[in-house]
Amino acid sequence: MSTRIATGGRLTDRTKQVDFAFNGKRLKGIQGDTLASALLANDQMLVGRSFKYHRPRGIVASGSEEPNALMNLGRGARFEPNQRATTTELFDGLEAHSQNHWPSLEFDIGAVNGPMARFLPAGFYYKTFIHPRPFWKHIYEPFIRQSAGLGKAPDAETKDADTYEHYYHFTDVLILGGGVAGLQAAQVAAASGVRVTLLEQSAHWGGRAPVDGGTINEQDPDVWVANTIAALQQMPNVTVRTRCMGAGVYDHGYVLGYERLTDHAPEAKGPRHRLWRIRASQVICATGAIERPLSFAGNDIPGVMLASAVRDYATNYAVAAGDRTVVVTNNDDAYRTALTLHAAGLSIPAIIDVRAGIADSPLIAQARAAGIRIEQGRAIAKVKGGKRVTGVVICAQAGSGGSLDDIDCDAVAMSGGWSPVVHLWSHCGGKLHWDTAQAMFRPDAERAPTGAEGTPFVACAGAADGYFALQEILNDATETALKSVTQCGGSVSEQPQTQGHSLPEAPLAPVWLMPQGATHDRRAKAWLDFQNDVKVTDVQLAAREGYESVEHTKRYTTLGMATDQGKLSNINGLAILSDALGADIPAVGTTTFRPPYTPISMGSIAGEARGDLFQPIRKTPMHDWHEAHGAHWEPVGHWRRPYCYQKAGESVDEAVHREVMATRNSLGLLDASTLGKIVVKGPDAGRFLDMMYTNMMSTLKVGRCRYGLMCSENGFLSDDGVVARIDDDTWLCHTTTGGADRIHAHMEEWLQTEWWDWKVYTANVTEQYAQIGVVGPKARAVLEKLGGMDVGANALSFMGWADGTLGGFPVRAYRISFSGELSYEIAVPAHQGRALWDRLLEAGAEFNATPYGTEALHIMRAEKGFIMIGDETDGTIIPQDLGLDWAISKKKEDYLGKRAQQRSHMTDPARWKLVGLETLDGSVLPDGSYAIGSGSNANGQAVVQGRVTSTYHSPTLGRGIAMGLLLNGPDRLGDVVPLNKTDGSTVEAKVVSPVFFDPDGEKQNV
Amino acid sequence: MLILTCPCCGVTGEETEFHGGGEAHLTRYGPGSTDEEFQAYLFRRENPKGVHFERWRHVNGCGKWFHAARCTVTLEVFGTYPAQTLRPPEDLLERIREKRPGWRWKDLS
Repeated sequence: MSTRIATGGRLTDRTKQVDFAFNGKRLKGIQGDTLASALLANDQMLVGRSFKYHRPRGIVASGSEEPNALMNLGRGARFEPNQRATTTELFDGLEAHSQNHWPSLEFDIGAVNGPMARFLPAGFYYKTFIHPRPFWKHIYEPFIRQSAGLGKAPDAETKDADTYEHYYHFTDVLILGGGVAGLQAAQVAAASGVRVTLLEQSAHWGGRAPVDGGTINEQDPDVWVANTIAALQQMPNVTVRTRCMGAGVYDHGYVLGYERLTDHAPEAKGPRHRLWRIRASQVICATGAIERPLSFAGNDIPGVMLASAVRDYATNYAVAAGDRTVVVTNNDDAYRTALTLHAAGLSIPAIIDVRAGIADSPLIAQARAAGIRIEQGRAIAKVKGGKRVTGVVICAQAGSGGSLDDIDCDAVAMSGGWSPVVHLWSHCGGKLHWDTAQAMFRPDAERAPTGAEGTPFVACAGAADGYFALQEILNDATETALKSVTQCGGSVSEQPQTQGHSLPEAPLAPVWLMPQGATHDRRAKAWLDFQNDVKVTDVQLAAREGYESVEHTKRYTTLGMATDQGKLSNINGLAILSDALGADIPAVGTTTFRPPYTPISMGSIAGEARGDLFQPIRKTPMHDWHEAHGAHWEPVGHWRRPYCYQKAGESVDEAVHREVMATRNSLGLLDASTLGKIVVKGPDAGRFLDMMYTNMMSTLKVGRCRYGLMCSENGFLSDDGVVARIDDDTWLCHTTTGGADRIHAHMEEWLQTEWWDWKVYTANVTEQYAQIGVVGPKARAVLEKLGGMDVGANALSFMGWADGTLGGFPVRAYRISFSGELSYEIAVPAHQGRALWDRLLEAGAEFNATPYGTEALHIMRAEKGFIMIGDETDGTIIPQDLGLDWAISKKKEDYLGKRAQQRSHMTDPARWKLVGLETLDGSVLPDGSYAIGSGSNANGQAVVQGRVTSTYHSPTLGRGIAMGLLLNGPDRLGDVVPLNKTDGSTVEAKVVSPVFFDPDGEKQNV
Repeated sequence: MLILTCPCCGVTGEETEFHGGGEAHLTRYGPGSTDEEFQAYLFRRENPKGVHFERWRHVNGCGKWFHAARCTVTLEVFGTYPAQTLRPPEDLLERIREKRPGWRWKDLS
């Protein structure tokens, strides 16, 4: 059983007890524990179930590479799934639940998959669930969805109770990893005076050295680590952080750091996570290395762990993974685990070393001297046990697994050698080379990621660079730091001297399968990816079926696709694949390393951008009045516009109906301030606008307005609006509400990049003016009541504008109409908008002045057959489709979109064209309804001949009206066409002119 | 995330401060051009592995358009220059020749 050792635990304080709960059971840990060490101390070997076969899973590792011990943590608004127990620091009241099992961890119905495993090999889902086709939707997909997923999704009704923030940081040398290499690199770089930042993902400095032994400057590594970090913390040019992981390295020295501020102390104030957005001149990855598992039958049974993890738990937390631990290895390093456990008084029944006939290195000699049984040239044939290890069967590595001996044990410590953590080096394009002697990929310094200047900006140091002896690590870190400082333009005069000493090691033997000739049933129990259940046989099957590329094999087998992203499994899987393909490991290559290094929280990515701060809202000067008077808001661009104003007891439909009728019958008021207003000025402004608009703007008379269309160079209609000529060289262009910024940018793009010699200046003055639509038969009456300027039919005729005063306000009055009514739009400086609005309401009271919203606006324009950008257009519509030929100049040689509109597809007579549609039964057509033609297309779908673009109930006409695009539409007035409804039935509609109301414009021309 | 320097206001900023605008140095074809010419102008674009000339706008800054010469493989930025030109400045071309001997991009080399 796993248990707490009576003494020791360098990271813990056993005088402080910590209470926590696992699957509802109250357990006790001690201060400094991780959740994983505390679970092991309580003999909780079984901590979860695997993804595919629901196999029992125990803790394998001691750091972020852990594939198995994933937990649902916390509850309610602080619930979070898939948290690694190995990187979760224990705190009082922590609640954890294991994942991916039903009904319980101990008894899981899904585990029937286990004995069925031979029928569920790699690619099983792809091969099986494709036929018969209808089964996918009704049988396979629901089944797969039922069994998929690890952690529970948080309750959709809760909101994350924590806060998060972004932090911007600029530095010269950024060092990722606070082990011996990182600390040494930091003190060398810091001595030069350049800005140095050192980030460590765990809560402790020093990395593996204090656990692995050796000396630095003839002292325990812990002493050197403590002194070095203390000195660094005193230096003004140095920033250091623990619990802050280098998550990703990106172009031009951009690096994301992920700082976990309060995960270990949830009651602490302040943000939970902080995302560091760093720009560094030079990045040093001192990210260490990860131990590889070995592939043997039953290597996934709880109690089989990495040798380094077993050592970590014993040294750092005083936790024994078992009473009797068998060590199995292909290298010397695992002997350290045996020696550590032996020193703690635990039993080591045997060290199984696959290497045959090697001379005793110092570590082997120490183990021998301690009286530990060493079996060389041996392997594990299989591990015995179900939910925990009960023993191992040993065999010769060279054979096919014939049993030589049975050894009782309750833990297995395995070591397949070490892989440098090259992830961050690789994120931005750093290349690797295969080190045959050490059987690992290591950074190829000749092919480093390069920055904006074309020079390298990432380097590796220490174990991440492929060095494992302390002195080599220190030397490499020093050299790397000196190079980085030079790249930053700094220099080091006095180099900190550091001497490291660790025991020399005998070379490892690259062993990827145990025993060498393992039979199929043994290989089918030899796990590569513990979380996703990928076995040696799966990768071999993929190779047989033709998956030669490592990227394809990964996706076919799901090797390395679990939440640990293959930190333990990738190299082993790759070796099995290359063996099956008869190719060298470097020829097969690795899969791509992508950020983040380990998952980071969505909250940290969002940072402060949530709730009110997610997106700023633009408000007109009348916004507060709308808010106070029942505005039913509609988002339009970044604006909020009233869709309608609801009175007490009134439905939205009733409010819209009331607003339309009041406007048509007497007086409506519209807050039109959001409409874009762009001033275009200069000697060449007219010529420029002739290029921007399809019609002629240069000939517009001062004091007059003209409706204009803007197209993209592709010919498609992009925006519309009324243009007013202010003076000889000044025009004011109105755009749609959502289009103001886009159209201003469009104008600037052409001015700056094509016609840069034209003398034109543009300014977006949208927010400088408030604009109010005064609309309806009483529009003139209310303006005359305010008084100050002549707004009569002669002085201010239709499509004219004039400056003046109204009720004392300085105004510009445009006589334009988007409703078909007698209508003015009154612009005032923005700060007077609300006052004018109030004044018009007051003066208009006798005319039942009624503010109306965007829906009434839409209905009234549709009754008049006016198009709306975004309804009648969708980026594929040209003005000619909408019967707007009258607004396209025939005289102009050129305008944006003219040449495109001459292309064959644009002049095709079969393009759908704008018509009005009136249902025979008076009902309202559904949005997006299609006009059905006859027959069906090659896919068996009904042929369509048109579609609805706008559809409303017209309060004015008391019936449904719609606009739509129809094949040969304008030639088919009077025809009846069927249109589909959402319930599958159709409704018949008559093709009519899109102008439903007052076709001769008698109402607006008064 | 790239770092670019706006040649108009001189600010060196993060990529999020700018907005890419596709290939630089396009020649506009309008009415009177053949279908082939016009189609090429609208749709045909360089897609080089190596030296490329791009349009960028300092959209969250001075608002000005400029051009950047950049390596699409290593993301090295050879230089930026104002958009009001038909041809990259000679000193920039010389710099690219030094760093990427034998490079070609449309009619530039």
